This record gives sequence, structure tokens and C-alpha cells, in this order.
Amino acid sequence: MALTEELAKKMYTDMWRIRMFEEEANRQLGLGNVVGALHLYCGEEAVAVGVCSNLRDDDYIVGTHRSHGHCLAKGADMEHTMAELFGKADGTCSGKGGSMHVADLSLNILGANGIVAGGLGPGTGTALASKIRKSDQVSVCFFGDGAAARGTFHEAITMGALWNLPVVYVCENNGFQQWVRRETVAVVDSVATMAGSYGIPGVSVDGQNVVEVHEAVSEAVDRARRGEGPSLIEARTYRYFGHSPGDLEEYRTRDEVEDWRTNRDPINTFRAYMEERQWLTEREDEEIQEATSAEVTKAVKFAEDSAVPGIEEALTDVVDTAWRVEA
Amino acid sequence: MSTITFRDALHSAIHEEMARDDSVFVIGEDVIAQGGPYTVTEGVVDKYPDRIFQTPIAEAGIVGLGVGAALAGMRPVVEIMYLDFITCAMDEVVNQAAKMRYMTGGQASVPIVIRLPCGLGRYVAAQHSQIMESWFMHVPGLQVVVPSTPKDAKGLLKTAVRSPDPVMFMEYKRIYTSEGEVPDEEFLIPFGEAEVKREGEDATVIGIGPMVGKSLEAGVLLEDDGFDIEVVDPRTLSPLDTDTICESVRKTGRAVVCEEDSSFAGTGAEIAAMIAESCFKDLQAPVIRVGMPHVPMPFAPSLADSVVPRVDDVVDAVRRVIA
Repeated sequence: MALTEELAKKMYTDMWRIRMFEEEANRQLGLGNVVGALHLYCGEEAVAVGVCSNLRDDDYIVGTHRSHGHCLAKGADMEHTMAELFGKADGTCSGKGGSMHVADLSLNILGANGIVAGGLGPGTGTALASKIRKSDQVSVCFFGDGAAARGTFHEAITMGALWNLPVVYVCENNGFQQWVRRETVAVVDSVATMAGSYGIPGVSVDGQNVVEVHEAVSEAVDRARRGEGPSLIEARTYRYFGHSPGDLEEYRTRDEVEDWRTNRDPINTFRAYMEERQWLTEREDEEIQEATSAEVTKAVKFAEDSAVPGIEEALTDVVDTAWRVEA
Repeated sequence: MSTITFRDALHSAIHEEMARDDSVFVIGEDVIAQGGPYTVTEGVVDKYPDRIFQTPIAEAGIVGLGVGAALAGMRPVVEIMYLDFITCAMDEVVNQAAKMRYMTGGQASVPIVIRLPCGLGRYVAAQHSQIMESWFMHVPGLQVVVPSTPKDAKGLLKTAVRSPDPVMFMEYKRIYTSEGEVPDEEFLIPFGEAEVKREGEDATVIGIGPMVGKSLEAGVLLEDDGFDIEVVDPRTLSPLDTDTICESVRKTGRAVVCEEDSSFAGTGAEIAAMIAESCFKDLQAPVIRVGMPHVPMPFAPSLADSVVPRVDDVVDAVRRVIA
């Protein structure tokens, strides 16, 4: 999809929406309003936005354990997403999924996934469904670099390639596998090179540069929509926060984090790009940030005001109990 | 009515459901070549070439793709060549398929059927002969279906294909060639409805899968002892029709639960506990379990045959529960 001024403004806004949503989620964790695991997407915004800016509402995405950004970029409502992190009845999953399972099936956001590489099979399966139905929907599987070590990565991409399915595999290589640096546990430097094993295109892009991500994904999505099969895109990125609460971050220095925040921040990089093209005035930038800040405040208010789920809800949605067949 | 085999019943169920609903498709290893090892999907490729996918040997991928296709509104019928191989896809079964509806607060439906040829067939030892029903029963969100006759096989598989939630469909290899009467007209068998396969007064024998047939044979032999047993076939283990089982136990006052799998922490243990909790005051003797000893399936035919429960084991158990 061509990068117009209008689309660029939406993408820039979406990056701020993710950044501010995540920072607020982290504050709410400190306040005790959000509990449990919270894998924050700050620093990686260019990937979700660069990918989802190429997608239609009816295209499918599957996520990872670090997926709030994917959901927001694909169009999930901020209020219900925040309410889900709060474990409230108005959450996208009625408070039953939480951070690691946020999903909005109405937008074909099949959800975050707590199992590393767990989404690759199901994501490829949605593409198989599109092939059988002869629809031109495209599926995107987001996965981390750690997932490339799992067998399901190999099995899913093998079948995606075998049947020429309309799927784009997007690796978010943030350089860390939980509490270890990738290079200490991986034998392949670039996940993109693994695409060659499956006979599909593989490309590595700067995941801090939303334009680069957008363009690479645009080509891959077009290819998939034309029925020419899958591609693998590796976006080299960085996470500003630790893996999740409780991470002592002994595997990196503060200077390293500061360097990425200062010199390779995806929002700053994109702002410079837009200013260069006179696509963004200082005034517009301020307005976008103010409006986004207000949206986040509203989302928190919504989440706070939402009811806790009734305890009877713990026992529902296991299977569809209303379903019956007659003998 | 026509007399057909268990395999034929499954074969016709798949063909009928694929003709009825374009969203039904078949995926698995060797499902085109020979129609699978048991020829259950024979002919599908000729009629529906775009709805059958012969896969590489990659069970986690097969089930994973099935889950995704189901989330996207399709109805995959997955064949796992030997049930034992489902252990390679337990994440996809347990963490993905089974929990998706719950984790999404009821947004997601995963209408996947996973067909699982299981139990002792030819003598193929410990990695090609397991049953594992109780593993699946323990997972909320999975339905566990165990047909014992061709009629049940057809009716239950057709129902399974239409179910909005995942179904683990147990196919005991040794009864693929067994014959039985099956209605010629369209029929479905609801989940959670046990069937009393033989009425009797002296003891209730609950049989799982092939143990239903063995229990019926035992029933004939026990007539010589003057014992008249009732045989109950749960047909689905999850959901489990506790009412029909309890109604029978309340009438007879005695219960024997028979399965081919290991008794320890097994299906029979759950049913026996349920009977103890629900019908304790009606029992005239402790519930007895018949099952395999807690060992892997041995290879040597002499050993394998010695551990799989036989008709005699049912007869002995009934005599003990009545004595």
C-alpha cells in the first residue's frame, strides 16, 4: 500500500497510541490495577504499525506474548483493550484472557499467544482457510526471534510454503530471548536467511524504521494477495522494557537502552521523515500527542469504571453449552 | 438398515458431511495415498480435490493449521495416523484448540475434529498402541468421543463435524473391521447421551470403546452363572452422561468399569469416583475397574495379549462384584 501523507499521519498516530498505551499500562501495573505478566511493546512500534498499515479489516493477524501493539495497530479499541488488562467485564475477552491473550475476533485479530511460536500454526491455518474459500484475505503471523528455534516454526512455514498460502511471517527480532541475548542461544544471526530453506523470499529490515517495514510488508502482502505464496520478513528491533515484570535486566546495560531510545527511536525517526516531507507541523505533532494522551486517559477511566466479572463467569465459555443436535 | 463395517461408517460420515457443508475439509498424513492407513478418507480426493490436504509428517503443524482454519470458520477433520503422535501436538490441542473459546471470553469457536486411531492393532509396540482418553478428559474445552459400533461411529462423527468445539475422536484400530447395522437415512447422535447396550438386573458394566463388545460377550457367558448384566456405553467421555450410568447403578447396586487403557488415573477411575460420590448408598459392593496394567504396550504378541483386557476379565470382575 502506497505511503501517502494521510496514511503516514495515521501511522504516526498509531505509533504514539501504542507508546502511550504501553507506558500507561506499566504505570497501572505499578498501581496494582494491572496484575500478572505484562510484556510491553515500547521500542517496537514501527513493526506492528509498518505491518498493519498494509492490512484490510478482514485480513488475519496472530500475535505473540507481546501483542498489545499488534492489536492496537490492527484497529482494536483502546478502551476495551485496557479493560482487558484490568481483568474487567468490558475487556475484549471479558477479563478471561488478560495481557497474554488479548484478541478481537471481530477484526480478525486472533489474539496474543502465551506459547512462543504458538501462533505460527494457527496463523498459517487461517491462510489455508482463505485458500480453500478462494478469498484474497492475507494472514500475518507475528513471532519473536526466539520462536525460530521452535519446531512449530519449521512445521508451519513448511506447509505455508508447500501450499503457497497467502501468509506473511513477520519476525520481530528484538535481540533478546527473555533474559538472554539472542547471540548466546542462536546459531543463525538473521532469521530472514532461514526463509531460503523453505524456498520463500526472506528479507531483513530495520525494525526501527516504519517506512522500511511498511514497504517490505507491502510487497509481501501484495504477493500473498496475488496468490504467489508466503514471505518472511525479519524486523530488527529493540524493546525498551525488560521481558516482563521481575526482569532484572542483567543481560544489558542502561547505556545500551539509552542509546536505542535516543538514537534509534522509531517515533523520532518517523517524525524526522515526515518533517522532511513537510507532512507534519509542530502543531500537528502536538495535537496528535495531546489527542492520544486524552484517548489513553479515557481508556483508563473506562477500565476503572468497568465492573469486575461476576464469579459465575469463571464457569462459562468452556464449550458452547447452548449447542445441541437432535438424534 | 445396512450392515457395514466401522471403517465404512466413518468413511460415509466424512463423505456425507463434506457434501453437506463446503467448510468441511480433511487434513493429515497419507490421507490421499490409500485414503490413510485405514482407508477412511478414500475417494475424498476424487470428489473434493480442493478440500483434502496431504501433509508432511508434522503433527504440531497439522493440528496448528487445523486450529487456525477452524478459527477462520472452516471445519477441519484432522487425521493423526496413530494416536501416539498427538503427543507431538499437545500444545496445539491443549493450549490452543481447547482454551481458545475461554481465553477470548467466548469470541472464538474452534470446530476441529481430531481423529485418533488408537489402541492395540497389529503388534506395533509402545509408541503405536496408546489410548490416552483420560489425558484428554482432563482438559477443559475438549470433547472426547468413543464410538463402539458402526452406527455410533457414523452418528457421532457426523455430530463431531458439526460441533462448535474441539472433538478428540477415538477410533480403536481393532474394531475398524467390525460390522453392525447402520440406518440408511441421515442421523446424528448427540454428545452426552450414553446408550444402554444390554438391559439387565444384577450388575452394571460400563464399557469404553471395544470393551462394550467384550462386555456384551461376557453378558452371554454370565447367563450360565445365572447373572443378568446391564451394559452401558457412555459413547462420549466428555461430556459424560452421568445420569444414565447412575440410573443403571441404582437399579443393579453393582458396577464394573471396563477400559482397554491403564486403570491407574484413568477413565474408569473417574467413572468409579463419580459412582461412589453419586450412588454410594445404592452400592452393594465396591466398584471394580477392569483395565490394562500400568505398563507401556509390550511388543511380543504373547505379552501384548496378556495386558489388554479380555472378555474373561469382564466375566471375572462381574463374578467378584456380585459375590
